[in-house]
Amino acid sequence: MSTVNAKLKNLVGWVDERFPLTANWKAHLSEYYAPKNFNFWYFFGSLALLVLVLQIVTGIFLVMHFKPDASLNAAGVPVAFASVEYIMREVPWGWLIRYMHSTGASAFFVVVYLHMFRGMLYGSYRKPRELIWIFGMLIFLCLMAEAFFGYLLPWGQMSYWGAQVIVNLFSAIPVIGPDLSLWIRGDYVVGDATLNRFFAFHVIAVPLVLVGLVVAHILALHEVGSNNPDGVEIKKKKDAKGIPLDGIPFHPYYTLKDIVGVVVFLMVFSLIVFYAPEMGGYFLEYNNFVPANPLQTPAHIAPVWYFTPFYSILRAVTYPLFGIDAKFWGVVAMGASAMIFVLLPWLDRSPVKSIRYRGPIYKTFLAAFVICFFTLGYLGVLPPTPMRTLVSQICSVIYFAFFLLMPFYSSIDKCKPEPDRLTSSGHGAH
Amino acid sequence: MSNDGKVDCSRRRLLVATATIGGIGGVAAAVPFVSSMLPSERAKAAGAPVEVDISKLAPGQMMTVEWRGKPVWIINRTKEQLASLKVTDSQVSDPKSDKKMQPDYCKNETRSIKPEILVAVGICTHLGCSPSEKFTTGAESGIDANWQGGFICPCHGSTFDLAGRVYKSKPAPDNLEVPPHMYLGDSRLVIGEDKGDKA
Repeated sequence: MSTVNAKLKNLVGWVDERFPLTANWKAHLSEYYAPKNFNFWYFFGSLALLVLVLQIVTGIFLVMHFKPDASLNAAGVPVAFASVEYIMREVPWGWLIRYMHSTGASAFFVVVYLHMFRGMLYGSYRKPRELIWIFGMLIFLCLMAEAFFGYLLPWGQMSYWGAQVIVNLFSAIPVIGPDLSLWIRGDYVVGDATLNRFFAFHVIAVPLVLVGLVVAHILALHEVGSNNPDGVEIKKKKDAKGIPLDGIPFHPYYTLKDIVGVVVFLMVFSLIVFYAPEMGGYFLEYNNFVPANPLQTPAHIAPVWYFTPFYSILRAVTYPLFGIDAKFWGVVAMGASAMIFVLLPWLDRSPVKSIRYRGPIYKTFLAAFVICFFTLGYLGVLPPTPMRTLVSQICSVIYFAFFLLMPFYSSIDKCKPEPDRLTSSGHGAH
Repeated sequence: MSNDGKVDCSRRRLLVATATIGGIGGVAAAVPFVSSMLPSERAKAAGAPVEVDISKLAPGQMMTVEWRGKPVWIINRTKEQLASLKVTDSQVSDPKSDKKMQPDYCKNETRSIKPEILVAVGICTHLGCSPSEKFTTGAESGIDANWQGGFICPCHGSTFDLAGRVYKSKPAPDNLEVPPHMYLGDSRLVIGEDKGDKA
């Protein structure tokens, strides 16, 4: 046994002389000191990584059977649509891999929304973590692109008309718009050319960028250290060896904690995959079981649930401004609503980071924002009526007010004093 | 790099020139890649005009043909339907068809060459959904009691009258597009081409 250990040690030594294996293990795991008071909200970063791996692995196996081809087969069904049915019905275990991938898309957004909300609760975007936040927002952007491109691939009615609507958003841009959307589609309508390029983006281009951004996100995090539910910097109080007094090594403390999160997540995930993969039409829309038909729009087009808050904001804009139509401003408002989070590090002027020490004004605004986000999300799946449009207009205003008024209300709010050190004894004193 | 800390200007110039030429080369290399995403020659050829026989299209009926993958509606409007355009004049946002959503020969009250035959691209000018026909008038249509017949878009609720003109305060900014078209004889209609030019 001891000779085996010695040999292993020799091998690691051999590698270390040529590649910083042990150094990286220490820097990112065994000697990366994370605050000891991580709570429930801190599961979602590692879960996002898990879902990313799940999507890449299931995606690779789906590509082995999927055909990005919009032409009709002998039975008059588009080849792409038929190849998804083939995966579901004839490829051994294909149904499982496909449902894992489709459920994984929704799970990704659940996990990422909770991860982002954690950042908002505890002020994780504040100095010195602005770049972590910006990388995170770029990841979110890639994720939306990935979801959008991927949704066209099964070539169902919702795939087709969803892509038609989103690509036409670009035609709202003055002057270059119509040519730009023609260039994106590669044809006068969404067609085979569009399907093939979306496939290329979905399986190669966006995932490459996504993985790169995830690496940058984690490198930036490990450079400045993690925030925590108290929002106080653990690096301010260090022991004689220079280790934060309130820090514990990520491995084994948080690797083990995260395994618990992974187990619980996989239990819920499996329940959905096996018993409710369509999730009542929210994860897989019923109209997408009908092959794409360019000549007939479904009676009601709704995006998948994770896009609906932004989609509602798009629909809420019904007034022209500065001589440009409402359509353009709707697109601008939608883009702004998804990306305005980037500005949070500079909009927030509060002396404290964490919700635990924030005053009542911020808490009220945050609560109103959350309510509006859910309301917009709910309205986005429903067909528009004048009443619903009015509600979504009000919610859109509150949504933007939360961000744009933040420099004002966050600086006048009555905060509680932050403690010097973490308030929780967490995983044991260091 | 010179050893005495001074910048060697001729070497610096060479570096700048090399980087500039390299940069231009890099940008030029992007041209074929970006261009490759434009519609291919085959896609352009598939956008050729289509010919339709409308002799069997009775008054009040509508047919849909495909041109460039888009639905093109041909509607044979009845006298009552044509009269309804006078009523909707005050309710639509561009009653005189001032925006260029039709060829000049269709910039008239009925937005058509022959008054009764409307040819329009059945794609909402908002975000490209295909509106549904609602020829039933009045409260029975489910829209409102004054509904004169026309089209409603299922996506965002834009409504159009029987000349494809969009109602005021709707998400769609423009009237439905009237494609270039012409008649070869009484009942043969060509869509995508007119006497002036190809689309």
